[in-house]
Amino acid sequence: MSEEKQQVSRRQFLNYTLTGVGGFMAAGLLISPIRMAIDPVLKPSSAGEYANVGLAVEDITTEPQRVDWKIDQVDGWYESKVNRSAWVFKNENDEIMALSPTCTHLGCVVSWEGSEDHPNEFFCPCHDGRYYKDGTNIAGTPPTRPLDLYDHKVENGMLYLGKAQVRGEA
Amino acid sequence: MLQKIYDWIDERIDITPIWRDIADHEVPEHVNPAHHFSAFVYCFGGLTFFVVVIQILSGMFLTMYYVPDIENAWKSVYYLQTEVAHGQIVRGMHHWGASVVIVMLLLHTLRVFFQGAYKKPRELNWMVGVLIFFVMLGLGFTGYLLPWDNKAYFATQVGLEIAEQVPFIGEYLKTLLAGDAEIVGAQTLTRFFAIHVFFLPAALFGLMAAHFILIRRQGISGPL
Ligand code: HEM
Ligand code: FES
Repeated sequence: MSEEKQQVSRRQFLNYTLTGVGGFMAAGLLISPIRMAIDPVLKPSSAGEYANVGLAVEDITTEPQRVDWKIDQVDGWYESKVNRSAWVFKNENDEIMALSPTCTHLGCVVSWEGSEDHPNEFFCPCHDGRYYKDGTNIAGTPPTRPLDLYDHKVENGMLYLGKAQVRGEA
Repeated sequence: MLQKIYDWIDERIDITPIWRDIADHEVPEHVNPAHHFSAFVYCFGGLTFFVVVIQILSGMFLTMYYVPDIENAWKSVYYLQTEVAHGQIVRGMHHWGASVVIVMLLLHTLRVFFQGAYKKPRELNWMVGVLIFFVMLGLGFTGYLLPWDNKAYFATQVGLEIAEQVPFIGEYLKTLLAGDAEIVGAQTLTRFFAIHVFFLPAALFGLMAAHFILIRRQGISGPL
Protein backbone atom coordinates (compact mmCIF):
# COMPACT_ATOMS: atom_id res chain seq x y z
CA MET A 1 0.00 0.00 0.00
CA SER A 2 2.60 2.49 1.05
CA GLU A 3 4.31 4.53 -1.59
CA GLU A 4 7.71 4.09 -0.05
CA LYS A 5 10.06 1.60 -1.59
CA GLN A 6 10.65 -1.47 0.55
CA GLN A 7 14.27 -1.03 1.38
CA VAL A 8 16.41 -3.98 2.25
CA SER A 9 19.06 -2.84 4.62
CA ARG A 10 22.61 -4.08 4.38
CA ARG A 11 22.09 -5.94 7.66
CA GLN A 12 18.93 -7.66 6.49
CA PHE A 13 20.56 -8.59 3.22
CA LEU A 14 23.52 -10.17 4.99
CA ASN A 15 21.23 -11.96 7.44
CA TYR A 16 19.17 -13.47 4.65
CA THR A 17 22.15 -14.55 2.58
CA LEU A 18 24.05 -16.01 5.51
CA THR A 19 20.97 -17.90 6.76
CA GLY A 20 20.36 -19.15 3.24
CA VAL A 21 23.92 -20.28 2.71
CA GLY A 22 24.03 -21.81 6.18
CA GLY A 23 20.77 -23.61 5.50
CA PHE A 24 22.11 -25.05 2.27
CA MET A 25 25.28 -26.18 3.99
CA ALA A 26 23.35 -27.84 6.81
CA ALA A 27 21.02 -29.52 4.34
CA GLY A 28 23.95 -30.68 2.21
CA LEU A 29 25.59 -32.10 5.27
CA LEU A 30 22.51 -33.91 6.55
CA ILE A 31 20.75 -35.17 3.45
CA SER A 32 22.91 -38.22 2.82
CA PRO A 33 23.15 -39.40 6.43
CA ILE A 34 19.38 -39.14 6.81
CA ARG A 35 18.70 -40.92 3.54
CA MET A 36 21.09 -43.63 4.67
CA ALA A 37 19.38 -44.03 8.04
CA ILE A 38 15.89 -44.40 6.55
CA ASP A 39 16.93 -46.69 3.70
CA PRO A 40 15.37 -49.82 5.27
CA VAL A 41 11.96 -48.13 5.26
CA LEU A 42 12.19 -47.19 1.58
CA LYS A 43 13.58 -50.47 0.25
CA PRO A 44 10.89 -52.49 -1.58
CA SER A 45 9.91 -55.45 0.57
CA SER A 46 11.20 -58.72 -0.81
CA ALA A 47 8.55 -60.63 -2.72
CA GLY A 48 7.95 -63.86 -0.84
CA GLU A 49 9.45 -66.79 -2.70
CA TYR A 50 7.76 -70.14 -2.41
CA ALA A 51 9.56 -73.06 -0.78
CA ASN A 52 8.81 -76.76 -0.95
CA VAL A 53 7.96 -77.71 2.61
CA GLY A 54 8.26 -81.44 2.04
CA LEU A 55 4.61 -82.32 2.49
CA ALA A 56 2.59 -84.11 -0.19
CA VAL A 57 -0.87 -82.64 -0.67
CA GLU A 58 -2.44 -86.08 -0.34
CA ASP A 59 -1.02 -86.30 3.19
CA ILE A 60 -2.84 -83.16 4.32
CA THR A 61 -5.79 -84.07 6.52
CA THR A 62 -8.40 -82.11 8.40
CA GLU A 63 -6.23 -82.46 11.51
CA PRO A 64 -3.64 -79.62 11.69
CA GLN A 65 -0.11 -80.98 11.40
CA ARG A 66 3.06 -79.09 11.98
CA VAL A 67 5.53 -78.74 9.12
CA ASP A 68 9.03 -77.32 9.45
CA TRP A 69 11.22 -76.19 6.60
CA LYS A 70 14.17 -73.94 5.94
CA ILE A 71 14.41 -70.83 3.83
CA ASP A 72 17.42 -68.84 2.62
CA GLN A 73 17.30 -65.55 4.46
CA VAL A 74 19.24 -62.50 3.34
CA ASP A 75 19.77 -60.03 6.16
CA GLY A 76 21.81 -57.21 4.66
CA TRP A 77 25.26 -58.71 4.23
CA TYR A 78 24.41 -61.84 6.20
CA GLU A 79 22.94 -64.88 4.47
CA SER A 80 21.70 -67.84 6.40
CA LYS A 81 19.21 -70.67 6.50
CA VAL A 82 16.40 -70.10 8.96
CA ASN A 83 13.61 -72.33 10.19
CA ARG A 84 9.98 -71.73 9.34
CA SER A 85 6.96 -73.61 10.65
CA ALA A 86 3.29 -73.83 9.85
CA TRP A 87 0.20 -75.70 10.96
CA VAL A 88 -1.31 -77.24 7.81
CA PHE A 89 -4.76 -78.77 7.34
CA LYS A 90 -7.79 -78.83 5.06
CA ASN A 91 -10.84 -76.87 6.16
CA GLU A 92 -14.52 -77.76 5.68
CA ASN A 93 -14.42 -76.46 2.11
CA ASP A 94 -11.45 -78.72 1.36
CA GLU A 95 -9.15 -75.70 1.07
CA ILE A 96 -5.58 -75.95 2.27
CA MET A 97 -4.85 -73.73 5.28
CA ALA A 98 -1.28 -73.09 6.43
CA LEU A 99 -1.25 -71.04 9.64
CA SER A 100 1.76 -69.31 11.10
CA PRO A 101 2.48 -70.56 14.61
CA THR A 102 3.55 -67.10 15.78
CA CYS A 103 1.13 -65.84 18.41
CA THR A 104 -0.34 -62.47 17.43
CA HIS A 105 -0.17 -61.32 21.02
CA LEU A 106 3.56 -61.10 21.68
CA GLY A 107 5.10 -63.62 19.35
CA CYS A 108 5.34 -66.88 21.27
CA VAL A 109 4.77 -70.17 19.45
CA VAL A 110 1.28 -71.66 19.46
CA SER A 111 0.45 -75.32 19.03
CA TRP A 112 -2.63 -77.27 18.04
CA GLU A 113 -4.35 -78.61 21.14
CA GLY A 114 -1.43 -77.26 23.14
CA SER A 115 -3.55 -77.33 26.28
CA GLU A 116 -5.53 -80.31 27.49
CA ASP A 117 -8.20 -77.95 28.80
CA HIS A 118 -8.89 -76.53 25.36
CA PRO A 119 -9.39 -79.26 22.77
CA ASN A 120 -9.84 -78.32 19.12
CA GLU A 121 -8.04 -75.02 19.51
CA PHE A 122 -4.61 -73.51 19.02
CA PHE A 123 -3.08 -72.60 22.34
CA CYS A 124 -0.28 -70.21 23.30
CA PRO A 125 1.40 -71.12 26.60
CA CYS A 126 2.79 -67.63 27.26
CA HIS A 127 -0.40 -65.88 28.36
CA ASP A 128 -3.04 -68.52 27.58
CA GLY A 129 -3.84 -67.10 24.14
CA ARG A 130 -6.35 -69.22 22.22
CA TYR A 131 -7.51 -69.52 18.60
CA TYR A 132 -10.23 -71.50 16.82
CA LYS A 133 -9.14 -74.04 14.25
CA ASP A 134 -9.33 -71.52 11.39
CA GLY A 135 -6.86 -69.35 13.29
CA THR A 136 -9.40 -66.77 14.50
CA ASN A 137 -8.47 -65.50 17.92
CA ILE A 138 -10.91 -66.26 20.71
CA ALA A 139 -12.32 -63.10 22.24
CA GLY A 140 -11.28 -62.54 25.83
CA THR A 141 -7.82 -64.05 25.35
CA PRO A 142 -4.76 -61.84 24.74
CA PRO A 143 -4.24 -62.15 20.95
CA THR A 144 -5.67 -59.23 18.98
CA ARG A 145 -5.98 -60.76 15.53
CA PRO A 146 -6.07 -64.17 13.81
CA LEU A 147 -2.95 -66.21 13.18
CA ASP A 148 -1.21 -65.18 9.96
CA LEU A 149 -1.97 -67.28 6.90
CA TYR A 150 0.79 -68.47 4.56
CA ASP A 151 0.40 -68.02 0.81
CA HIS A 152 0.47 -71.49 -0.69
CA LYS A 153 0.59 -73.24 -4.02
CA VAL A 154 0.73 -76.84 -5.16
CA GLU A 155 3.27 -78.16 -7.64
CA ASN A 156 3.70 -81.81 -8.61
CA GLY A 157 1.52 -82.80 -5.69
CA MET A 158 3.79 -81.05 -3.18
CA LEU A 159 2.89 -78.13 -0.95
CA TYR A 160 4.81 -74.87 -1.41
CA LEU A 161 4.51 -72.05 1.12
CA GLY A 162 5.35 -68.38 0.60
CA LYS A 163 4.89 -65.36 2.80
CA ALA A 164 2.75 -65.32 5.92
CA GLN A 165 0.03 -62.71 5.43
CA VAL A 166 -1.67 -60.72 8.15
CA ARG A 167 -5.44 -61.17 8.29
CA GLY A 168 -7.95 -58.63 9.59
CA GLU A 169 -9.04 -58.34 13.18
CA ALA A 170 -11.70 -60.70 14.42
CA MET B 1 54.26 -27.33 41.37
CA LEU B 2 50.56 -27.71 40.60
CA GLN B 3 49.93 -24.27 42.05
CA LYS B 4 52.58 -22.86 39.72
CA ILE B 5 50.99 -24.49 36.68
CA TYR B 6 47.62 -23.12 37.76
CA ASP B 7 49.02 -19.63 38.26
CA TRP B 8 50.78 -19.73 34.93
CA ILE B 9 47.53 -20.58 33.14
CA ASP B 10 45.42 -18.22 35.25
CA GLU B 11 47.75 -15.32 34.58
CA ARG B 12 47.20 -15.76 30.85
CA ILE B 13 43.51 -16.64 30.56
CA ASP B 14 41.97 -15.72 33.91
CA ILE B 15 40.20 -19.01 34.60
CA THR B 16 39.38 -18.39 38.27
CA PRO B 17 36.05 -16.63 37.58
CA ILE B 18 35.03 -19.46 35.25
CA TRP B 19 35.31 -22.29 37.74
CA ARG B 20 34.11 -20.07 40.59
CA ASP B 21 30.95 -19.44 38.67
CA ILE B 22 30.45 -23.16 38.07
CA ALA B 23 31.49 -24.64 41.39
CA ASP B 24 31.72 -22.01 44.11
CA HIS B 25 28.26 -21.31 45.43
CA GLU B 26 26.49 -21.93 48.68
CA VAL B 27 24.21 -24.87 49.27
CA PRO B 28 21.03 -23.51 50.83
CA GLU B 29 20.33 -24.84 54.29
CA HIS B 30 17.05 -26.51 53.42
CA VAL B 31 18.72 -28.83 50.88
CA ASN B 32 21.66 -29.75 53.08
CA PRO B 33 21.27 -33.15 54.78
CA ALA B 34 23.79 -32.04 57.43
CA HIS B 35 21.18 -29.54 58.67
CA HIS B 36 17.98 -31.50 58.15
CA PHE B 37 18.49 -35.18 57.51
CA SER B 38 15.26 -35.38 55.50
CA ALA B 39 16.98 -33.20 52.90
CA PHE B 40 18.62 -36.37 51.57
CA VAL B 41 15.78 -36.44 49.03
CA TYR B 42 17.61 -33.61 47.25
CA CYS B 43 20.50 -35.99 46.55
CA PHE B 44 18.73 -38.15 44.00
CA GLY B 45 19.37 -35.80 41.09
CA GLY B 46 23.08 -35.78 41.83
CA LEU B 47 23.06 -39.54 42.33
CA THR B 48 21.40 -39.98 38.96
CA PHE B 49 24.18 -37.92 37.41
CA PHE B 50 26.79 -39.96 39.27
CA VAL B 51 25.42 -43.24 37.92
CA VAL B 52 25.26 -41.76 34.41
CA VAL B 53 28.98 -40.98 34.73
CA ILE B 54 29.56 -44.62 35.74
CA GLN B 55 27.53 -45.80 32.73
CA ILE B 56 29.51 -43.64 30.34
CA LEU B 57 32.90 -44.63 31.72
CA SER B 58 32.15 -48.35 31.97
CA GLY B 59 30.48 -48.25 28.54
CA MET B 60 33.54 -46.66 26.95
CA PHE B 61 35.72 -49.43 28.32
CA LEU B 62 33.28 -52.20 27.32
CA THR B 63 33.51 -50.90 23.77
CA MET B 64 37.20 -51.85 23.73
CA TYR B 65 36.15 -55.51 23.57
CA TYR B 66 32.59 -55.51 22.31
CA VAL B 67 31.81 -56.02 18.59
CA PRO B 68 28.32 -55.33 17.23
CA ASP B 69 28.26 -58.30 14.85
CA ILE B 70 25.82 -61.19 15.18
CA GLU B 71 28.55 -63.81 14.80
CA ASN B 72 30.79 -62.27 17.42
CA ALA B 73 28.77 -60.07 19.77
CA TRP B 74 27.90 -62.82 22.23
CA LYS B 75 31.41 -64.27 22.06
CA SER B 76 32.99 -60.89 22.68
CA VAL B 77 30.81 -60.32 25.75
CA TYR B 78 31.55 -63.85 26.96
CA TYR B 79 35.24 -63.25 26.46
CA LEU B 80 35.35 -59.94 28.27
CA GLN B 81 33.27 -61.45 31.05
CA THR B 82 35.36 -64.59 31.57
CA GLU B 83 38.86 -64.00 30.21
CA VAL B 84 39.60 -60.33 30.67
CA ALA B 85 40.91 -59.33 34.10
CA HIS B 86 38.26 -57.18 35.82
CA GLY B 87 36.04 -57.45 32.73
CA GLN B 88 33.37 -59.02 34.88
CA ILE B 89 33.48 -56.02 37.18
CA VAL B 90 33.25 -53.44 34.41
CA ARG B 91 30.37 -55.30 32.78
CA GLY B 92 28.78 -55.63 36.20
CA MET B 93 29.04 -51.88 36.73
CA HIS B 94 27.32 -51.24 33.41
CA HIS B 95 24.75 -54.00 33.86
CA TRP B 96 23.64 -53.04 37.39
CA GLY B 97 24.16 -49.35 36.83
CA ALA B 98 21.62 -49.49 34.00
CA SER B 99 18.95 -50.47 36.53
CA VAL B 100 20.16 -48.26 39.37
CA VAL B 101 20.13 -45.19 37.12
CA ILE B 102 16.43 -45.70 36.37
CA VAL B 103 15.67 -46.12 40.09
CA MET B 104 17.55 -42.90 40.95
CA LEU B 105 15.82 -41.06 38.14
CA LEU B 106 12.43 -42.16 39.44
CA LEU B 107 13.24 -41.17 43.04
CA HIS B 108 14.45 -37.78 41.82
CA THR B 109 11.26 -37.35 39.78
CA LEU B 110 9.11 -38.31 42.78
CA ARG B 111 10.87 -35.73 44.94
CA VAL B 112 10.29 -33.01 42.38
CA PHE B 113 6.70 -34.08 41.97
CA PHE B 114 5.73 -34.29 45.63
CA GLN B 115 7.50 -31.06 46.51
CA GLY B 116 5.77 -29.31 43.63
CA ALA B 117 9.20 -28.17 42.47
CA TYR B 118 8.02 -28.38 38.85
CA LYS B 119 5.73 -25.35 39.24
CA LYS B 120 6.31 -21.97 37.66
CA PRO B 121 9.01 -20.94 36.77
CA ARG B 122 10.46 -24.47 36.58
CA GLU B 123 8.03 -26.08 34.11
CA LEU B 124 10.63 -26.08 31.35
CA ASN B 125 13.05 -28.07 33.42
CA TRP B 126 10.35 -30.64 34.15
CA MET B 127 9.93 -31.06 30.40
CA VAL B 128 13.67 -31.43 29.90
CA GLY B 129 13.60 -34.03 32.68
CA VAL B 130 10.87 -36.00 30.93
CA LEU B 131 12.99 -36.03 27.76
CA ILE B 132 15.96 -37.27 29.79
CA PHE B 133 13.72 -40.04 31.09
CA PHE B 134 12.80 -41.13 27.56
CA VAL B 135 16.44 -41.02 26.43
CA MET B 136 17.38 -43.18 29.41
CA LEU B 137 14.68 -45.71 28.57
CA GLY B 138 16.03 -45.73 25.02
CA LEU B 139 19.52 -46.43 26.30
CA GLY B 140 18.23 -49.32 28.37
CA PHE B 141 16.23 -50.73 25.46
CA THR B 142 19.03 -50.52 22.89
CA GLY B 143 21.74 -51.67 25.32
CA TYR B 144 19.75 -54.72 26.30
CA LEU B 145 20.06 -56.19 22.79
CA LEU B 146 23.83 -55.86 22.63
CA PRO B 147 24.87 -59.09 24.44
CA TRP B 148 22.90 -60.89 21.68
CA ASP B 149 21.71 -63.78 23.80
CA ASN B 150 18.22 -65.24 23.81
CA LYS B 151 16.89 -62.87 26.43
CA ALA B 152 18.24 -59.88 24.52
CA TYR B 153 16.81 -61.11 21.23
CA PHE B 154 13.30 -61.78 22.47
CA ALA B 155 13.14 -58.64 24.59
CA THR B 156 13.93 -56.66 21.44
CA GLN B 157 11.38 -58.66 19.46
CA VAL B 158 8.71 -57.69 21.98
CA GLY B 159 9.90 -54.07 22.15
CA LEU B 160 9.76 -53.75 18.37
CA GLU B 161 6.25 -55.17 18.32
CA ILE B 162 5.24 -52.57 20.86
CA ALA B 163 6.69 -49.88 18.59
CA GLU B 164 4.67 -51.39 15.74
CA GLN B 165 1.44 -50.69 17.64
CA VAL B 166 1.90 -46.93 17.24
CA PRO B 167 -1.01 -45.70 15.09
CA PHE B 168 -0.30 -45.09 11.37
CA ILE B 169 3.50 -44.94 11.50
CA GLY B 170 4.04 -48.08 13.62
CA GLU B 171 5.34 -50.30 10.83
CA TYR B 172 7.74 -47.67 9.53
CA LEU B 173 8.93 -47.00 13.04
CA LYS B 174 9.65 -50.67 13.60
CA THR B 175 11.55 -50.98 10.31
CA LEU B 176 13.47 -47.80 11.06
CA LEU B 177 14.52 -49.19 14.44
CA ALA B 178 15.20 -52.75 13.33
CA GLY B 179 16.86 -51.93 10.00
CA ASP B 180 14.69 -54.55 8.28
CA ALA B 181 10.96 -55.00 7.88
CA GLU B 182 10.94 -58.60 9.09
CA ILE B 183 14.28 -59.68 10.47
CA VAL B 184 15.77 -58.88 13.85
CA GLY B 185 19.34 -59.53 12.83
CA ALA B 186 22.65 -58.18 11.66
CA GLN B 187 21.30 -54.76 10.76
CA THR B 188 19.30 -54.48 13.96
CA LEU B 189 22.37 -55.09 16.08
CA THR B 190 24.52 -52.49 14.30
CA ARG B 191 21.70 -49.95 14.49
CA PHE B 192 21.05 -50.51 18.16
CA PHE B 193 24.77 -50.27 18.84
CA ALA B 194 25.07 -46.95 17.03
CA ILE B 195 22.00 -45.59 18.81
CA HIS B 196 23.19 -46.87 22.18
CA VAL B 197 26.74 -45.64 21.98
CA PHE B 198 26.54 -42.45 19.89
CA PHE B 199 23.09 -41.05 19.23
CA LEU B 200 21.44 -41.32 22.63
CA PRO B 201 24.50 -40.38 24.71
CA ALA B 202 24.86 -37.26 22.52
CA ALA B 203 21.20 -36.41 23.15
CA LEU B 204 21.68 -37.13 26.84
CA PHE B 205 24.63 -34.73 27.09
CA GLY B 206 22.66 -31.95 25.45
CA LEU B 207 19.67 -32.47 27.72
CA MET B 208 21.76 -32.73 30.87
CA ALA B 209 23.53 -29.51 29.96
CA ALA B 210 20.15 -27.80 29.52
CA HIS B 211 18.94 -29.29 32.80
CA PHE B 212 21.90 -27.97 34.78
CA ILE B 213 21.98 -24.56 33.12
CA LEU B 214 18.32 -24.12 34.00
CA ILE B 215 19.01 -25.11 37.61
CA ARG B 216 21.80 -22.53 37.86
CA ARG B 217 19.57 -19.90 36.33
CA GLN B 218 16.55 -20.53 38.51
CA GLY B 219 18.17 -21.86 41.66
CA ILE B 220 16.86 -24.76 43.67
CA SER B 221 13.24 -24.42 44.73
CA GLY B 222 12.61 -23.04 48.21
CA PRO B 223 11.70 -25.00 51.36
CA LEU B 224 8.20 -26.42 51.64
C1 HEM C 1 22.74 -43.88 30.97
C2 HEM C 1 23.48 -44.48 30.11
C3 HEM C 1 23.46 -45.97 29.72
C4 HEM C 1 22.55 -46.98 30.04
C5 HEM C 1 21.30 -46.88 30.90
C6 HEM C 1 23.05 -48.21 29.41
C7 HEM C 1 22.42 -49.47 29.45
C8 HEM C 1 22.94 -50.66 28.96
C9 HEM C 1 22.39 -51.98 29.15
C10 HEM C 1 21.07 -52.31 29.88
C11 HEM C 1 23.21 -52.88 28.54
C12 HEM C 1 23.06 -54.41 28.53
C13 HEM C 1 24.09 -54.94 29.55
C14 HEM C 1 23.91 -56.33 30.01
O1 HEM C 1 22.82 -56.89 29.82
O2 HEM C 1 24.87 -56.85 30.61
C15 HEM C 1 24.28 -52.16 27.91
C16 HEM C 1 25.32 -52.72 27.19
C17 HEM C 1 26.36 -52.00 26.58
N1 HEM C 1 26.55 -50.63 26.63
FE1 HEM C 1 25.39 -49.30 27.67
N2 HEM C 1 24.20 -47.91 28.70
C18 HEM C 1 24.48 -46.56 28.87
C19 HEM C 1 25.54 -45.86 28.31
C20 HEM C 1 26.53 -46.41 27.48
C21 HEM C 1 27.59 -45.65 26.83
C22 HEM C 1 27.78 -44.13 26.94
C23 HEM C 1 28.35 -46.57 26.11
C24 HEM C 1 29.59 -46.36 25.24
C25 HEM C 1 30.24 -45.27 25.05
C26 HEM C 1 27.78 -47.88 26.31
C27 HEM C 1 28.27 -49.07 25.76
C28 HEM C 1 27.71 -50.33 25.92
C29 HEM C 1 28.26 -51.55 25.37
C30 HEM C 1 29.51 -51.68 24.48
C31 HEM C 1 27.40 -52.61 25.78
C32 HEM C 1 27.52 -54.10 25.42
C33 HEM C 1 28.33 -54.88 26.46
C34 HEM C 1 27.47 -55.69 27.39
O3 HEM C 1 26.41 -56.11 27.01
O4 HEM C 1 27.90 -55.88 28.54
N3 HEM C 1 26.68 -47.75 27.14
N4 HEM C 1 24.11 -50.78 28.19
S1 FES D 1 2.31 -64.31 23.40
FE1 FES D 1 0.75 -65.71 23.00
S2 FES D 1 -0.70 -65.16 24.49
FE2 FES D 1 0.86 -63.68 24.86
